[in-house]
Amino acid sequence: MSTDTKINNIKSLKKKLLKNVVDTAYYAGASSAHIGGALSCIDIVSTLFTEFIKINPENFSKKDRDYFILSKGHACLVYYAVLAELGFFSRDDLKSFEKTDSFLLGHPILNEKYGIDFSTGSLGMGLSIGIGLAISLKKKKSENKVYVIIGDGECNEGSIWEGMMSAPHFNLDNLTIIIDKNNLQQTGKNEDIMSLGDLKSKISSFGWDAHSIDGHNIKDLYDIFSQKTDSKPKAIVANTIKGKGLSFAENNNKFHHTVLTKALYEKALKEIESK
Amino acid sequence: MKLDKSKIKLFSTIGSRATFGMVCLDLAKEIDNLMVLTSDVSTSAGLDRFKLKYPDKYLDVGIAEQNLIGVATGLSSGGHNVFTTTFAPFQTMRCFEQIKVNLGYMKKKVTMVGIASGVALGTLGFTHCAIEDLSLMRSIPGMTVISPADCGEVAKSVFAAAKHKGPIYIRLTGVANNPIVYNDDYKFEIGKPIKLEEGNDITIFATGSMVSRAVDASKILSKQNIKASVINVHTIKPLDINFVNKNSENRKLIVTVEEHSVIGGLASAISEANSQLINKSKQLSISLPDKYFQGGEYLDLLNKYNLNSEGIATTITKNLAI
Ligand SMILES: Cc1ncc(C[n+]2csc(CCOP(=O)(O)OP(=O)(O)O)c2C)c(N)n1
Ligand SMILES: [Mg+2]
Repeated sequence: MSTDTKINNIKSLKKKLLKNVVDTAYYAGASSAHIGGALSCIDIVSTLFTEFIKINPENFSKKDRDYFILSKGHACLVYYAVLAELGFFSRDDLKSFEKTDSFLLGHPILNEKYGIDFSTGSLGMGLSIGIGLAISLKKKKSENKVYVIIGDGECNEGSIWEGMMSAPHFNLDNLTIIIDKNNLQQTGKNEDIMSLGDLKSKISSFGWDAHSIDGHNIKDLYDIFSQKTDSKPKAIVANTIKGKGLSFAENNNKFHHTVLTKALYEKALKEIESK
Repeated sequence: MKLDKSKIKLFSTIGSRATFGMVCLDLAKEIDNLMVLTSDVSTSAGLDRFKLKYPDKYLDVGIAEQNLIGVATGLSSGGHNVFTTTFAPFQTMRCFEQIKVNLGYMKKKVTMVGIASGVALGTLGFTHCAIEDLSLMRSIPGMTVISPADCGEVAKSVFAAAKHKGPIYIRLTGVANNPIVYNDDYKFEIGKPIKLEEGNDITIFATGSMVSRAVDASKILSKQNIKASVINVHTIKPLDINFVNKNSENRKLIVTVEEHSVIGGLASAISEANSQLINKSKQLSISLPDKYFQGGEYLDLLNKYNLNSEGIATTITKNLAI
């Protein structure tokens, strides 16, 4: 398959995910949904699940496969969107989002049947789990890989930096982390709440193979995920826009967690159609 | 795993944490996918030989207890049989939320071994003591909480934990020359308390370092014609409620003895179990107080709070006289 075809496949998945995310946010109704942070990593997720993370309902029960950890668990709209497209459950199941007794709550809950490996939502925990998995795969001489998506605000957590220190120490070249750098966290800008400084240099100084790229450029994402590193874990600082893809939500932190009204939902559908 | 007299003697001499490290050497022979993780405390946990002999089964994640539980969780998810160990306060408190989410909520099978719990390190102050760990671990749904009575039981617990399904916390108490409760091999089963003495006046429920002291106390009491049952509650959670109830009804007194705060440990577990009993007996809790008291030598601290055989016996007779 040519690279162009692959890129087109990623783009067509992304369009489906966008629709699923918007639908699910709307199904949430008055209970609100984390929209902004799901949209900022939608290109990352589309790229990963089209070309790199090889999980599906058939291989999911095996331990020897790729692993994905959404450490910023509040962005679950995009996670559920992709799991539905992969066939772990139906698009119709998205309607149960945040409803009583649903398996699709406002943060992912471990579910072997539906493709969810870890319960996340308390920020700062996913990286260490990814490190343990990457070590486990290496011990089993597996070629499979571990991918972790981390928020930029999430990097305020000390536990992230415990992980940052240890992944290069264990030479985990089978581990890739993506930091969704949308420059916003729950109540404002990173730089106002807790400055991250030059994240790429910081991570690089910890011994990672660190990169900074446009997190909405699918070709760049594809290329960087394809690159092999030599004994180092890979960190990608993906420069993104919170709320990306919906004009009214872009860079507007009101959409960190909010109700998607009927008017906005209809506007969103029109915008997606016109893309 | 089988105990014999020489092992029992050796384990007791070296104390609970060195026993843990030694037992890991045997465990590695049986459990192929074993991983033992520490946070820069391999020597304190008696793991120096293990580290040399099984470098592939050993991992130090640095002085980073949140990372310790996270990495353990990842390894467990990949199919490894994982033990983590560090000093009890660091093992249970720095990473409490990781334990809640990863081992509790996600039910990941990891065995945590909290070394030097209670006030074994009383001379180092309360940063290094743990009088809260039973309370914390017991509060997590699905967590099994074990508090071995002697070093032989440490060995038994470690082997049983490796074969058990869910997450476990093993609390190690005492120092070197740990008193021996079991002089011969015996049957140990997670969740099954063991009656060591039989008597119908009172029942003493004891755990960890206090089991041998409770047995000795019962001998003192016997001379005063107070007949006591003594029960080794090595598994604080899940607690065998039927067994506890049966041994709590119609007694002059039931007593709990533990090297832990009076809040949330054995005292709480027993009174919770008995709360529905109609023929409930009065409960006396001999524990450490709910405060950060002046530190000091281990045995001095136990003596100060009546956590020795005479102290236990006297506290009981006084209470019976009321
Ligand atoms: C430990 C923890 N503290 C606080 C929160 C509440 N919270 C949810 S999202 C969020 C902001 C996260 O910011 P970031 O990681 O930048 O995510 P994004 O901008 O991609 O939504 C906060 C503080 C949480 N979920 N976990
Ligand atoms: Mg952010």
